[in-house]
Amino acid sequence: MTSLLEIKNLKTRFFTADGVVKAVNDVSYSMESGEILGIVGESGCGKSVHALSIMQLIPDPPGKITNGEVLFEGRNLLDLDERDMRKVRGRDIAMIFQDPMTSLNPVFTVGYQIVEALRLHNDMTKKEARKRAGELLTLVGIPGAETRLDDYPHQFSGGMRQRAMIAMGLSCEPKLLIADEPTTALDVTIQAQIVDLVKKLQQELGMAIMWITHDLGVVAEMAERINVMYAGSIIERGKVRNIYKKTRHPYTMGLLGSLPRLDDSPGTKLASVPGLPPDLLALPEGCAFAARCAYRNDHCLAEKPPLVEIDGPDHIVACWRWEEIAGINKNE
Amino acid sequence: MNEKQTPLVEVRHLKKYFPITGGFLQRKVGEVKAVDDVSFQVFHGETLGLVGETGCGKTTVGRTMLRLYEPTDGKIIFDGTDLTSLGEEALRNNRKRMQMIFQDPYASLNPRMTVGSIVGAPLDVHTRMSGKEKYDRIQDLLDIVGLNPDFVNRYPHEFSGGQRQRIGIARALALEPDLIVCDEPISSLDVSIQAQVVNLLEELQKKIGLTYVFIAHDLSMVRHISNRIAVMYLGKIMELADRDEIYLNSLHPYTQALMSAVPIPDPDLALERHRIILDGDIPSPKNPPKGCNFNTRCPIAKERCFVEEPAYREVKENHWAACHFVE
Repeated sequence: MTSLLEIKNLKTRFFTADGVVKAVNDVSYSMESGEILGIVGESGCGKSVHALSIMQLIPDPPGKITNGEVLFEGRNLLDLDERDMRKVRGRDIAMIFQDPMTSLNPVFTVGYQIVEALRLHNDMTKKEARKRAGELLTLVGIPGAETRLDDYPHQFSGGMRQRAMIAMGLSCEPKLLIADEPTTALDVTIQAQIVDLVKKLQQELGMAIMWITHDLGVVAEMAERINVMYAGSIIERGKVRNIYKKTRHPYTMGLLGSLPRLDDSPGTKLASVPGLPPDLLALPEGCAFAARCAYRNDHCLAEKPPLVEIDGPDHIVACWRWEEIAGINKNE
Repeated sequence: MNEKQTPLVEVRHLKKYFPITGGFLQRKVGEVKAVDDVSFQVFHGETLGLVGETGCGKTTVGRTMLRLYEPTDGKIIFDGTDLTSLGEEALRNNRKRMQMIFQDPYASLNPRMTVGSIVGAPLDVHTRMSGKEKYDRIQDLLDIVGLNPDFVNRYPHEFSGGQRQRIGIARALALEPDLIVCDEPISSLDVSIQAQVVNLLEELQKKIGLTYVFIAHDLSMVRHISNRIAVMYLGKIMELADRDEIYLNSLHPYTQALMSAVPIPDPDLALERHRIILDGDIPSPKNPPKGCNFNTRCPIAKERCFVEEPAYREVKENHWAACHFVE
């Protein structure tokens, strides 16, 4: 059986005046249809660039996908020319972005922008498309959708703009929706609304969702699998319970430890990750996380650890010392 | 916390309205009630958390407390002196004792000044230190916040977000203030860096005995750092209590909803809990709803809530709330 999306050895580079930025380094994984995958990492870890690589939206120059395959239902998207790729975007794979204000065009009405997307990919008359646009806005929970089609983006609140973006993303019923930090700019109460909405839509429409975020909290309750990325590589991947309950990579542990929890006892110190992420212009020889890692030894500094299966495909980790760390970390 | 303590700051019935001007002559056509009758106390050595969604007036409270904004009405009593009655000179003398850390570490540091001159700026304004004394003090300050003292001659763009926020903290510490208002100091930072900065703030509080007003929209971080928490909505305080009291026995429906919206980084707990999802958005503060501010989104709103504004009262000892249905 072919997976919905299979990425093999993806490498994306930016060729800048200062040198080559190694933004995505040998990323491989697959996604099944209907699955919710969480991609977690800090800014600059390559999570957004890897998503843009899938969509082939990397600005070129300076960016270039230098290696790898992106198989969508068995077809390598990297072989497609721009014309065919344009058909894939929106219809097969749709993407919603972090900042709903900059991704909606301020001089066109919301309705016009959704209708445009609909008519581009479907054989629809203006009237049909407008009706469908109204249905989509109702679907994402915007009250009085019919009248709001004629509003401009600035007349919408942040949460409503993000809903409109989701409506646009859903317009052609894509098989995969890539959501790039869709709730980061929103308040927690609005974030809860959007998460709830996306979960509901996923159940109703059965599409796969890739949810990119820096917040391990948001994906805990919705994702089935998580990819944790650091310095352009996946360093831990697995079923959501394995990632949160049987954490093996010291970086993932650090990320989880940095989050205060509502059920913490008072006075507990946050386990922060010391130091800063590495410079993608000059990645170290060995493990990219070694400089900030409490468990590093000479081996870590000399050689980059490969991803190894520790619980079949349900949990893989890139760390030389995961077995020892499993012994030390007795939180399970 | 000691009950009999005198508060370091007492805010009484603070109001801050911003005028809305319009038309050809830019006449005042309305006002935004950013802060509308807010009262609270901050005790020596404690951290008071101020939480709420975007536009609830939390930052305006912080700024008005230091008189960076002129209050429309109300009193701010800082260590026995009413700041609202002070003239410019007297205010400047008091300002030494209160500092602020800003949200955006990119916008709050002058890109054309070196780190040394940024951190030393308050010393220039308020003290008469010699060059050597100042240099030593700046080195000390950088060391306290965990930056290499050799960085004095570098410029802000050479630093990451977390390091810049440390520079902002060093600047706030320069005059040994009693009170620091932290206005969302960590919300623009990465998760692992957030924890570094929060740990630093906590260490400094222990070491120097600082008092913080910690403004944030992230309830879990506020709970971590605060002794008491005030929850704001549309310019008013909805609930104020000890952090554990707020967490375990929150009374106001808004606090309960806000708390349940915080994502839990644990897949099992996340499934178990009951989520209260609020409908809609915060109403515009230009035109707040009649009666209770929260009535448009409140799951338990009754007729009374649309006519009568609930009083902000002490429901239990040290637990304040503004809701008709709180016993």
